[in-house]
Amino acid sequence: MNTTLLTILIISLSIFAFYYAVYKIKSAQSLNTKHRPLHSYYGWYCLFWTIFPALLFFCLWTFCSSIWIDKTIINIITLSINEEGATNISLQLNAIKNAANGILTDQVPKEILSNYISLNQKSEFIRFIATLGIAIIGLFFLIRKINPDLRARNKIESILMVLMFIASFIAIIVTLGIVLSLLFETLKFFSDVSPFEFFFGTTWSPQIALREDQVAASGSFGAIPVFTGTLLITIIAMCVAIPIGLLAAIYLAEYASQRTRTIVKPLLEILAGIPTVVYGFFAALTVGPFIRNIGETFGLSIASESALAAGLVMGIMIIPFISSLSDDVISAVPNSLREGSYGLGATKYETIILVIFPAALPGIIGSILLATSRAIGETMIVVMAAGLAAKLTANPLESVTTVTVQIVTLLIGDHEFDSSKTMAAFALGLTLFIITLILNVIALKVVLKYREKYE
Amino acid sequence: MNRILSKSQNIENSTNKRHRKEKRFKSLCLGAVIVAILFLIILLSSLAYKGLSGFTKTTIQIPIYFNEEIIDPENTRDIAVINKASFRKIFKQSLLQKFPEAKDNRKMYRNISKIFSRGSTYLLKKMVLDDISLIGKTINVDLISSSTIDQLRKNNINIKVPESDRPVSDATLKIYDQLNTEGVIKKRLNFSFFKYGDSRNPEEAGILGALLGSMFTLIITLLLSFPIGVLTAIYLEEFAPKNKFTYFIEININNLAAVPSIVFGLLGLAIFLNFFGLPRSVPLTGGLVLTLMTLPTVIISSRASLKAVPPTIREAALGLGASKLQAVFNHVVPSAAPGMFTGTIIGMARALGETAPLLLMGMVAFIVEVPTSIFDPATVLPAQIYLWADSPERGFVEKTSAAIIVLVLFLIIMNSLAIWLRRKFEVRW
Amino acid sequence: MIKNDNIKITTNDLCVFYDEKQALFDVNISINEKETTALIGPSGCGKSTLLRCFNRMNDTIENCVVKGNINIDNANVNNPEIDVVQLRTKIGMVFQKPNPFPKSIFDNVAYGPKIHGMAKNKLELEEIVEKSLKQAGLWSEVKDRLSQPGTSLSGGQQQRLCIARAIAVRPEIILMDEPCSALDPIATANIEELMDELKKEFTIIIVTHNMQQAARVSKNTAFFHLGKLIELGPTDQIFTNPKLEKTQDYITGRYG
Repeated sequence: MNTTLLTILIISLSIFAFYYAVYKIKSAQSLNTKHRPLHSYYGWYCLFWTIFPALLFFCLWTFCSSIWIDKTIINIITLSINEEGATNISLQLNAIKNAANGILTDQVPKEILSNYISLNQKSEFIRFIATLGIAIIGLFFLIRKINPDLRARNKIESILMVLMFIASFIAIIVTLGIVLSLLFETLKFFSDVSPFEFFFGTTWSPQIALREDQVAASGSFGAIPVFTGTLLITIIAMCVAIPIGLLAAIYLAEYASQRTRTIVKPLLEILAGIPTVVYGFFAALTVGPFIRNIGETFGLSIASESALAAGLVMGIMIIPFISSLSDDVISAVPNSLREGSYGLGATKYETIILVIFPAALPGIIGSILLATSRAIGETMIVVMAAGLAAKLTANPLESVTTVTVQIVTLLIGDHEFDSSKTMAAFALGLTLFIITLILNVIALKVVLKYREKYE
Repeated sequence: MNRILSKSQNIENSTNKRHRKEKRFKSLCLGAVIVAILFLIILLSSLAYKGLSGFTKTTIQIPIYFNEEIIDPENTRDIAVINKASFRKIFKQSLLQKFPEAKDNRKMYRNISKIFSRGSTYLLKKMVLDDISLIGKTINVDLISSSTIDQLRKNNINIKVPESDRPVSDATLKIYDQLNTEGVIKKRLNFSFFKYGDSRNPEEAGILGALLGSMFTLIITLLLSFPIGVLTAIYLEEFAPKNKFTYFIEININNLAAVPSIVFGLLGLAIFLNFFGLPRSVPLTGGLVLTLMTLPTVIISSRASLKAVPPTIREAALGLGASKLQAVFNHVVPSAAPGMFTGTIIGMARALGETAPLLLMGMVAFIVEVPTSIFDPATVLPAQIYLWADSPERGFVEKTSAAIIVLVLFLIIMNSLAIWLRRKFEVRW
Repeated sequence: MIKNDNIKITTNDLCVFYDEKQALFDVNISINEKETTALIGPSGCGKSTLLRCFNRMNDTIENCVVKGNINIDNANVNNPEIDVVQLRTKIGMVFQKPNPFPKSIFDNVAYGPKIHGMAKNKLELEEIVEKSLKQAGLWSEVKDRLSQPGTSLSGGQQQRLCIARAIAVRPEIILMDEPCSALDPIATANIEELMDELKKEFTIIIVTHNMQQAARVSKNTAFFHLGKLIELGPTDQIFTNPKLEKTQDYITGRYG
């Protein structure tokens, strides 16, 4: 309520700022004919300094006050109820927050609840007044600065440059954020569970290590079966995607007429656009039971969550990654090579296999690496179609679990952020990130080198 | 004979072999294309097949007597009183009226009442609250059937197996056939699929909550990723000096585009939920994570559009005395705009279908209330699909497939919009 | 016309269409055996198109239709039943820009013999490669580095490599499409010297923009203009005493 009113007020103020600034510069300019930039720049300049400081303050205040209020309430809770232990406090805090929104108001002590609500109200009041005040101050300050000597256009341009620079910085911040958060949690994890056990242990049952006193239960965080599970499913997926993708790419690039290309290429790319949750559903509901039934008719016992089912569907999803990229790469091979080969009396098949394919090989390998990285990082298909139990096996007919599945299972559910399960998930996440990063870097390098050769 | 075409038998054989190899190879390649397209067709058709039935529901028409003595014995017509009344009794009374043989037979009554949706009582109450004049009247009401009966009508239940192996008992089947011959079982379009949120009962489950959740989340994603992405692209492409630092940023962005989505979920968990303490299952937080994921796509496609604008445009503007910023924002950016919009729409389409990072951010709770703002707990459409796919009830299979059809339709619309935009506004230099 | 019994190639009313556009109009030309014939004319007059008809290379272009007879040794090769794979072992081609494969020098030359199964074992293959490289005048320069990539050679060497590659399959006719236009004068001189040697064994048809080159290397010259064969005759006659005015105009540089 308050916020909406505040927003309306600020917006009105800024519109006023804009037009008043324009008015002021217009009247001032009739006296000064030397320098005549656009009036709207002055308007924007004034508007910016009306909105921006107020907005900044609003966000900062909201952020800081919520932290401060949380701390205060936590202190009150710890003082009044002190038997339950540390883990309960955040749950209690959540209960109070829910109660303030009208949910389950009977389950929290009324005093603390009213304390929380009143603190929030006070904070919001101060925020409202202060934000409005800052906007008005900004407005007046700037209006006084409006005169023909002010190079408004330059000011606006510098503001824009700063905004753009900040925007680009965000990309780095995101990467940094990923690396730091993953690293931080992983290091905490490795202080409890030895890296040696993680990377070389063969028993993965993190659910056991839940009891407080058993935080580093031996042998339950050995991630090898999880890694091999990912490897097995990825290999099956690649066995499906590489032949189909490559041969399809060759057909599109070498044999298909222009018309066929314009129809088929988008069709294949649809495969890449289908959400992975749909693939997962398809794998779990149709492909898994189908394979199991086939196995029964042959007397084989295939799990309904077999690696084969998940890998097969994942392979289908990956086909366009290989076919599109390889198609581009093969088409990029200069025509002069083809003509040289045909001129010598080679068939199309011989030309493709002996001349074009070796020439395009680096690019094709790059596309395969990118596709592999995609397969390794894929989550939904395996969450829905692969199993949860870590099994160290190379048999595609059995059910295995993968890194991504484990990350999801470890993090779903209500438990403390710093429990060993969460940290294990981050450790897995960091491993995943590093491996896909390496694959991507190599792939991009290879493709770039290839492009240099031919363009 | 002519020398040019004379062939020895050996050469002829080997040439024929080579031509055969050629033909085989060509068929092999064509076969690969056909197999891939076949996969697509099988996938889409199996989903359509399973999902289309989800857009119809089954109703059973029963005369209901809105007994005033149970609803409002003192004729107060007060909403609070009506709210507290036991509509279960109304339901039971009317049911027993229709099936008098179940009067003293508890088991039989249970069988009969199970034919109807568990929400029937609530539906009757809502009818009276919407129209108080119903009190005292008897009217024919189309009650929604239970999910099992719905599946029965859609021939999804195998009735040939022995009774213990199937979800419908023989007694229930008899009642069903009786009602069927009376003609009171009807097939209706399931508009409630789009009007209700999630529910434990498959026959009442709808995707409205998920749709709104997706919409709010995407709005946040769009509002954040478009400006930041476009500004970054403009800066990197037009203004940034070509030094090591910018090169580093570029490499970063290219890498981020290929990072698995679940890693973004971990990032969101660690920073947005844990460090900043943002609320867990709300579109705001989900939108923030999806923004981080979509940014690289928007940046890369915007840069490509900017690159495609020939340098002569910039030079012409500068030559006329425009500042670099004016040249860029007044001339280059408008030309590149269609490409930027296309890239953003495609990025949004991808964000719409993302599930993994939102799983980790908690947007997979069972939420019945439909969200009304970006701060309300919500789920998104792909997460709803995931939740329903996990449910054991048979009725959820068709609901999941129906939800998938809706999702795929949205994606088709968004992608077609992007392609249309590109075709219509693309400027060919 | 030409008074000679050793006619290798003749064409009857040869026409070539790219979609709706016609590139060659009723060309009737005859080429003599074991001689060098030059095809000259301004840009776009169809000489490269004609050249590519001889070894059916126009087949690789979508929407290209070739009508009429192309008789090589009295057999019409513009016939769908002809096996172009075999035809192209009899007719080799060297292109405007040298296009060695991204393979070793040895593999470049050995490519043709390998796919046609011309060598029964490794030794024979090596012999063929050596002979071809010698005949192309490249052997002494590359014999110590046969395993290096073909692309590591200079422009002139690459073109000679392409000639060696073409010779390796023992053709009877060699088609050359402006083979020296991407080379410097010294490399060009080398190639022209080579052509002089090669014509003793092969029939050579060369398309060239360079009239001095045509005058130097060829015995007969054909002048083309806008898709039509204007004049065909002995090179000295064409260049000193052309029969038709159009030829005269081109020779003297009035256009083209």
